[in-house]
Amino acid sequence: MMETKGILLAGVGGQGVLRASDILCRVFMAAGLDVKKSEVHGMAQRGGCVTSHVRYGEKVHSPLAKKNDIDVLVSFEQMDTLRYLDYVKESGTVIINTEEIYPPAVNLGEAPYPANVAETVRRFFTKVVPVDAAALALRAGNIRAVNTVLLGALSSCLNLSLGLWEKVLQESFPSKLIGANREAFRLGRGV
Amino acid sequence: MEAFAKYPGVYAEWSPNEKVAMEVGIGAALAGARAMVVMKHVGVNVAADPLFTASYTGTNGALVVITADDPSLHSSQNEQDNRHYARFAKIPMLEPADSEEAKAFIKLAFELSEKFDTPVFLRSTTRVSHSKSVVNLEKPLDVEDRTAIRFNTEKFVMVPMNARKRRVVVEKRMQDLRAFAETFPENRIEFNNPDVGIITAGISYHYAKDVFPEYSYLKLGMVHPLPVGLIREFAAQVRKIYVIEELDPFLEEQIRALGIEVTGKEIFPYTGEFDPGIIEQAITGRREAARAIPEIPIPPRPPNLCPGCPHRGLFYVLGKLKVFVTGDIGCYTLSFMKPLEGLHSCICMGASIGMAHGMSKALGEKGRGKVVGVIGDSTFLHSGITPLLNMAYNRSNAVIVICDNRTTAMTGMQEHPATGFTLQGEKTLGVDLAILVKTLGIESVRIVDPYDLKTVRTVLKEELARSGPSVVISRRACVLFKREKSAPRKPFRIDPEKCIGCRLCLGLGCPPIAWKKLENEPGSGTKETKGKGRREGVAVIDRNLCTGCGLCAQLCKSGAITKEKE
Repeated sequence: MMETKGILLAGVGGQGVLRASDILCRVFMAAGLDVKKSEVHGMAQRGGCVTSHVRYGEKVHSPLAKKNDIDVLVSFEQMDTLRYLDYVKESGTVIINTEEIYPPAVNLGEAPYPANVAETVRRFFTKVVPVDAAALALRAGNIRAVNTVLLGALSSCLNLSLGLWEKVLQESFPSKLIGANREAFRLGRGV
Repeated sequence: MEAFAKYPGVYAEWSPNEKVAMEVGIGAALAGARAMVVMKHVGVNVAADPLFTASYTGTNGALVVITADDPSLHSSQNEQDNRHYARFAKIPMLEPADSEEAKAFIKLAFELSEKFDTPVFLRSTTRVSHSKSVVNLEKPLDVEDRTAIRFNTEKFVMVPMNARKRRVVVEKRMQDLRAFAETFPENRIEFNNPDVGIITAGISYHYAKDVFPEYSYLKLGMVHPLPVGLIREFAAQVRKIYVIEELDPFLEEQIRALGIEVTGKEIFPYTGEFDPGIIEQAITGRREAARAIPEIPIPPRPPNLCPGCPHRGLFYVLGKLKVFVTGDIGCYTLSFMKPLEGLHSCICMGASIGMAHGMSKALGEKGRGKVVGVIGDSTFLHSGITPLLNMAYNRSNAVIVICDNRTTAMTGMQEHPATGFTLQGEKTLGVDLAILVKTLGIESVRIVDPYDLKTVRTVLKEELARSGPSVVISRRACVLFKREKSAPRKPFRIDPEKCIGCRLCLGLGCPPIAWKKLENEPGSGTKETKGKGRREGVAVIDRNLCTGCGLCAQLCKSGAITKEKE
């Protein structure tokens, strides 16, 4: 029996973390796998942390991963990557959106924004993928497609056919947004 | 709710509060319908009054009450374990463990309600409510329409002479339910390794299965009443028993009372939600495989009012007024944090008004002009009307501010009785808050725009100076509310030459405004702040986030903040 695997998507309210995890779940379902996800988004629109655990396999019990058990962490914000490292397996992959979103303490000048995040992560993990998702989303034609860029980057860590991804993406966006999102996904996958 | 309301053959509505919802549900059930009322854990506190007596009357049709509990208080003011309500009100409770079970259990709950003539609880917790898992669709049931007017005063008029008789019926019903629980298929034993048996329910079942798939399980689909015989049978077949449940030792204490030895809260936490790791650690006694990832200190990321949020201007002024602000439940509760610090209490929906009145009465002359209560528009309609009536009736000097952002913003723009739209998006009467407040007996009612700091300050000061209760309606639509979205405004910018680095604008805690430290600042005399030497830094605005509300420009004394030009 295939063991259950876990992906943790984490970011800031408004970045499209939950939409990305919805799409991801649909891809696993389309692949014929069992999947569960759980998230906390009570105050997602208000700039707080948003996380979504996605677990998939033949038969999934817990929607939440335990620490040290996540296969891929997709961090939508650079500094926030450091908040969730203890969830990631030693052999896991850490995808980092290099975008910086300042929390209040940084805005007020009370705390510095952490420097060298990717280097810090590399001290603990060998598979680290920094992505300038905002730039790629902009290049794809929609700055809001950061989440789709990151799904693209995630897709190259998962053994799922490109056709499944394309099909689910097609179903997930209205026609006027699909072009930019398809391109965003492609650019992310190429990272 | 928005999705449910669209199914054919159902009717759904937003209620102003949970008590109203419960009473609507009781009425619909009395008329023979299948009714369901949905609320979070603290909502049951509000709805408890009608519910406890509906337990006596029974339902005629069906009444299912969903309580969504929140272990870990992800977005709640407390962590109460609503399983106690099932025992307290003598109502059966089902507890699903994932989406598929939630769907199956709803059906069972309706059947139970009809079969036993009782309201039925369905309890969910955060990780069932806020999760998605695969669900197999079934054909909708063809439910026969059994609605009719049926008179039965002995059953439905709960005066003492009738209620005493129903009280006996309730106990009989509990006995019948206990017998039913023994054979209820969702109370199931999964017999496996007999060394360890786990008794659990809800999401904890899946957490435990994840880490201990080889143990034996008694999974309870019904957590009240308990299947005593089944528990004894399970206990006889396994050597060591763990009871795994989040929050209170609800199952554990009842199982211990049967004389069965179990391990529970001596190893599992009382507080917070579980996950598979917590259960694994508690049972094995092992710390998780300690990988050396030291804690890396990073600044916290608390939720914050959005850029352009209409609450910001109001709470900036309140924070500067040196008054005590009794708060309520809404996005604006966030303004207790730095730098706004414009709110000083939060208990439950509606509490702001009663508390402001109580404080004002207790303080007497000392509190004159010093007590403000704040409450949102939807929360005011939830449970602010009666306490405001009380203020008008018993005359205190507090000022109540209704933060009217024209919607229920915090939970996702739900309609309420003042928006003018129903759950289905149809136009309906929208109550006029100013007229309502006046009708309650508040003589002084003022309306201000929270984007206008000066007027907000002046009006609040005038009302605080006044004798007797008064209400200020701070009115501007939530910046995320699409229906009342105003035309986009140009973002503001800060001229780095003119900025004197006084940090006043940072006091708004607005996400686009950041402090930029200046290295090697040249000692030009024009850039000096008065008496403070050279400036250490300047404020900058992220133009991609700025919504152009202009509050910062109103604060800036050096004229450095201006609207971007075409």
